[in-house]
Amino acid sequence: MSVRRLAKDQPASFTFSAATLKQVKWWLTKYPAARKQSAVLPILWLVQKQEGWVCEPAIRQIAEMLDMPVIRVLEVATFYTMIQLEPVGKVALIQVCGTTPCMLRGANDLMKVCKDKIGAKDKLSADGAFTWQEVECLGACSNAPMAQINDYFYEDLTPETLAQIIDDFKAGKAPKAGSYAGRHSSEPTGAITSLTDPALYDGSKAAKLTLPNLPEAEPA
Amino acid sequence: MPKAKVNGVEVEFEPGMTVLQVAELAGEEIPRFCYHERLSIAGNCRMCLVEVKPGPPKPQASCALPAAENQEIFTNSPMVKKAREGVMEFLLINHPLDCPICDQGGECDLQDQAMGYGRDETRFDENKRAVEEKFMGPLIKTVMTRCIQCTRCVRFVTEVAGVPEIGMTGRGEDAEITTYLEGAVNSELSGNVIDLCPVGALTSKPYAFNARPWELKKTETIDVMDALGSAIRIDARGAEVMRVLPRINEEVNEEWISDKTRYACDGLMRQRLDRPYVRTGGKLQPASWAQAFDAVVEKLKSAKADRVGVIAGDLQDAESMKAALDLFGSLGVTSLDCRQDGAALDPKAGRTSYLFNSSIAGIDEADHIVLIGVNPRHAAPVLNVRIRRAVMQGTCKVSVIGEQADLTYGYDYLGAGPETLTRFASKPPKGAAKPMLIVGAETVARADGAAVLALVAKAAKAMGAVKDGWNGFNILHTAASRVGGLDMGFVPGEGGLTAAQMVQKGALDVLVLMGADEIDLSVSDAFVIYMGTHGDAGAHRADVILPAAAYSEKAGLYVNTEGRVQMASRAVFPKGDAKEDWAILRALSERLGKTLPYDSMNQLRAKLFADHPTFGQIDYVATGAALDLAAVGTAGDLSDAAFAGPAHDFYLTNPIARASVTMAECSATAKAARVKPVAAE
Repeated sequence: MSVRRLAKDQPASFTFSAATLKQVKWWLTKYPAARKQSAVLPILWLVQKQEGWVCEPAIRQIAEMLDMPVIRVLEVATFYTMIQLEPVGKVALIQVCGTTPCMLRGANDLMKVCKDKIGAKDKLSADGAFTWQEVECLGACSNAPMAQINDYFYEDLTPETLAQIIDDFKAGKAPKAGSYAGRHSSEPTGAITSLTDPALYDGSKAAKLTLPNLPEAEPA
Repeated sequence: MPKAKVNGVEVEFEPGMTVLQVAELAGEEIPRFCYHERLSIAGNCRMCLVEVKPGPPKPQASCALPAAENQEIFTNSPMVKKAREGVMEFLLINHPLDCPICDQGGECDLQDQAMGYGRDETRFDENKRAVEEKFMGPLIKTVMTRCIQCTRCVRFVTEVAGVPEIGMTGRGEDAEITTYLEGAVNSELSGNVIDLCPVGALTSKPYAFNARPWELKKTETIDVMDALGSAIRIDARGAEVMRVLPRINEEVNEEWISDKTRYACDGLMRQRLDRPYVRTGGKLQPASWAQAFDAVVEKLKSAKADRVGVIAGDLQDAESMKAALDLFGSLGVTSLDCRQDGAALDPKAGRTSYLFNSSIAGIDEADHIVLIGVNPRHAAPVLNVRIRRAVMQGTCKVSVIGEQADLTYGYDYLGAGPETLTRFASKPPKGAAKPMLIVGAETVARADGAAVLALVAKAAKAMGAVKDGWNGFNILHTAASRVGGLDMGFVPGEGGLTAAQMVQKGALDVLVLMGADEIDLSVSDAFVIYMGTHGDAGAHRADVILPAAAYSEKAGLYVNTEGRVQMASRAVFPKGDAKEDWAILRALSERLGKTLPYDSMNQLRAKLFADHPTFGQIDYVATGAALDLAAVGTAGDLSDAAFAGPAHDFYLTNPIARASVTMAECSATAKAARVKPVAAE
């Protein structure tokens, strides 16, 4: 992580799209009128969904909308690394996990692929379609190495599969999310070696529970 | 009351106190950076760790921990010492070792506490972090690498000043204190963050690299930039006033001062009148005191008493006004006025008719404040802090008749001018137990000031603002000298002219201005004798200039807007050949053959106290004096004009401020901010 600042080049203005505004209104109804500042994070997120990033005019608009000092919105926006303060790739924002488990399983190789195919870290690619970042643990260590691309996790990656995924994005396709090692989720990669007894799963081994004072409890 | 033990000593404490406060009750000093009595508790510096029993077996942040009955608090156990040393080591990891070039050096909390809890060498081999400097306006210099993220500045501007413009962006190692897009802090109180900053991250820009605290002579005195009489400390080196800092006076300024009080001091070294001048051949020529006195005496002796007038300015001390009153009184002069703004305030209606009767501390008790033609944020920024606090605590509501300005708190806007006031006076809201009406000095100074005042008195009566034990009729003065002048009757006597009449064409032969620079002299054809400190409006028009002492250069009494007499002390000597005002008048009296009956300041004060006993009551506010509302003001025609805010600029209200480069910068910055509310990138 590095110092987070607003982007140098900012658009002159920002307008909420009708769809975003509808969602913003829905979020605002969740909080009492006097506490509507609570909606600052969801609204920042909605702005990012709309534009891909959060620009300075948007921060001012959110402050106005929520009746809060604009510096307070800036504080929130700079605190959370989830909020992008610079424009990101229109096609894909690739966030490669670089924390220890992923690193041990080859995250550095994935980052090299990104570097070769897209360019420098944290920088918009020349065509404006891609950005890649190194992020901290995304919580999918059992499927390491992995990357989050836009809204989805792409897991069990190899340099080859990641290169393929990037190529697919480039070609306008939508590569499927999930494990690229043929796993359903985070089960062991090979065959199951323990807890293989089927009786474990049919309920027969469970002890009969007697909870006291339940209305429908059977008499002992 | 509950009891707790601090290092084995039992103390009683009020319920609700924190462990830190209880430890202080027992006389134990707790080191702290983020905790400040007048700000909310943040608990983020961790320097105030103590050991508490019963409790978890680890040190506790005492500033944020409520004290409990039978608690045992240890502030000097080995665990506490080790914990604080750990905190200090972490704070110093990223703090630069630049104390020798840091302006905070010598008065730095971090430096002082590192003496107690710091290690003698660092164990940290990595790179220290560096933070880019931030722009915060013409007053605050930043060296953000020194910041330890105590957030006192953030809490001050948000909670006390009511201008939430400073914040902490980023997080962890990258946390930074900044204003939004590095705009200037748009507050009249921004300088206070410099005092609050426990390290050298926020320091005074005009004072940068000027002096070390231990080479300054510190003089405790009273401020004259507004009519509050804030307690200040003047730090001087040699003949130069280097800086002005606040002192604590709970009843007046608590521990804040306005930016004008703090930063106008560079005006004390600029455009000063340091020798007498006499106009010869249409040009002011340097002269000796003897030559200047010759010119003055010749004019005064040849003029008839009813053709002589004296106007006292806004920064005059009571002693000089008393000396002028005695001297010109003995000459038979009746055209004396201390109200150069033309305020319709008359001492004949009693002292309470022109005072801030509720007292400044009384704002804390009020439950409804009506501001009539006054913008307290500009007239008295420190007083506005109290109003804001009362509003924020929910104990008081504010209504405004006049300018619809940003006062940093919400209010009920009733209307703009006398028409609204008339409506308000005939049907004021009932139900407030302690209502306060605050009228601005500039509103009373309108042409229809007396009628406005009468209307306010009517409203006060109808609201029940004046009753046993509570007087809610208040005038908020802006001039430090005004109440003192009114107290001693420095107003036109029988047949005398008011200040506005004196400056008319052909009204007078000789006009004496005592530091009066805010009055229009363009049509006056009198011989003008200017006794003052700065080459300002009055001196430009003058025929003879008698150089006098500024507030930092003389001892003097000032009466603040609530009628509190306060004694100011001399911090430096008058510039060049300049003399103290009363001494000039005393010397002049001898030349005129009407020698004043005092040879020293003490004798003058004794006479002042004897003639006007209220001046003898230093640091005391008379409450409970009767006020006859019917005698206040005179009913008359009202103009339709709205109560405008003061036409003058907050930063440029007096000759000292107008001579100050810093104030000129502030004025320009504030003007730019007004034109363009949001700074562009």
